Amino acid sequence: MTMRDIRNLILSAFAFGLLALLPLYVSGYILSIATTMAMFTVLATSWALFSGPTHYISLATAAFFGLGTFVTGLGFQTLPMWLLPIIAAGLGAVLAALVGLVTLRLSGVYFVIFTLGLAELVRQVVTWVQNRTGQRGMYVLTSITERDIYWQLLGMAALVFLVGWLIARSRLGFALRIIGNDETVAKHSGIDTAAAKILLFMVSGAAAAVVGAMMAPRYIYIEPSTAFASILSFQVVIMALLGGTGRLWGPLAGVVPFTLLWEFISRNAPNQTLLLLGIAFLLIVYVLPGGFVGLYDRLRHRYGQGGQ
Amino acid sequence: MARVVLEVRDITKRFGGLVAVRDMVFDVHQTEVMGIIGPNGSGKSTMINMISGAFAPSAGEIRLNGQEIAGKSAHRIARMGVARTFQLVRLLPELSVVENVVAGAAFGHRKRWGAEAERHARQLLDRVGMGQQVNMPVSSLTYINTKRVELARALACEPEVLLLDEWLAGLNPTELQTGIALIRSLRDEGRTVILVEHVMDAIRSLCDRCVVMSSGAKIAEGTPAEVLEDPEVIRAYLGADEDA
Repeated sequence: MTMRDIRNLILSAFAFGLLALLPLYVSGYILSIATTMAMFTVLATSWALFSGPTHYISLATAAFFGLGTFVTGLGFQTLPMWLLPIIAAGLGAVLAALVGLVTLRLSGVYFVIFTLGLAELVRQVVTWVQNRTGQRGMYVLTSITERDIYWQLLGMAALVFLVGWLIARSRLGFALRIIGNDETVAKHSGIDTAAAKILLFMVSGAAAAVVGAMMAPRYIYIEPSTAFASILSFQVVIMALLGGTGRLWGPLAGVVPFTLLWEFISRNAPNQTLLLLGIAFLLIVYVLPGGFVGLYDRLRHRYGQGGQ
Repeated sequence: MARVVLEVRDITKRFGGLVAVRDMVFDVHQTEVMGIIGPNGSGKSTMINMISGAFAPSAGEIRLNGQEIAGKSAHRIARMGVARTFQLVRLLPELSVVENVVAGAAFGHRKRWGAEAERHARQLLDRVGMGQQVNMPVSSLTYINTKRVELARALACEPEVLLLDEWLAGLNPTELQTGIALIRSLRDEGRTVILVEHVMDAIRSLCDRCVVMSSGAKIAEGTPAEVLEDPEVIRAYLGADEDA
């Protein structure tokens, strides 16, 4: 570990410490936005762990998230609360592994379509099961407050950052970068490309499922159409790309402004949120390829403060 | 004669109805430079792709140090000790020159990681003549330097067999002499190399032995001087008298 690593670790720990104090000073509306930001930070950062280096755009976030909310919905009365995110993580990883095995040979746009279809498939299956058993939605009535959810998500965000930092320094992280550059070279260099991709997809699927499990009490009432809403997958992709996936902090730089903007638009013009999504997407493609991270790197390069 | 490193036995590859390679048989010995030559479309690249695991053969056996590799996935074959370069150079554009070479060292036959891998990569880059240019972005390299980096990447895992798929193609006359000298120096180090090549000068001065392919089949085998005088080889390259 270099001095720079140690410095970054200490700074990050300090930042998380400060953010953890937030609920002591604010509540209500501001805390609810902070919670949403924490949620999207975990989702977008863990999404970028897989999709950033491999350039595989996954739209399956909603499937894992929905799975997590249902774990809590079905288990909160019988199982201890601390166990639910762990079960969700396990199921999320298993689902990701299954998807990974099926989509091994898919690349590019086929992978995107498959993952988009996955969330819909899981939603339809859950709806079908509920119809057969005569259930509709589920009430998740707990004593968990917004504050508790915020702290849980913040802890999860710290964990995801730590995992991402460790992966980036590992051979697995390096293998993923090679795969993202040229999969043929990766294979001929001795990388089990399928195993590496599935492993990372499992990490990102597990994280999204945990977020779902933590968020369920906030929704109070869960039904498939909201738990597996595909808009979530799109939001995560846009935020991550807006921030940029080239660095670990990139998605965070997209989450903060986008959440604020989304909040502003859905309060003032609730019907225009999809328009915002579309404009943000165009903006990324035409003006900000590489997101804020790419912009930051270009500026740093231009003004000669580059180098390590 | 030195130990046999690679045995190819009755290898056939069909793409639908087309037979690209038919009943190929040859051996490659340790520290030997073996050439696979032949006219365009004779199946040379397909042969290389089967050895490196890019394609699975339709029939036949390929053994590396006695172990079957035919039909195994490319990453397993790479880990067993086969490294290759590509007909059209494939570098990793978002990685630095050194990282490109570390990519070859980190997961292959002899694994290296961290500072050791980087030291090893720098040595190899120096070895292939990259000298001071290791800190340039990959996109700014000259053509021959991209080839050098790719060669260093293939060497980085210390392969049992190195496959060079038209490594000299596209070089200008000066670069070609440099390139030939470089490959010859690898040979002098005692590496085992299979090269697919069109450049006749290179074949004459580099190969210990050659296999000549035409329409997917082996039509001759021997030293470069022997095979290049073989009437059937001349016919394959220049066409039969009545066609001429």
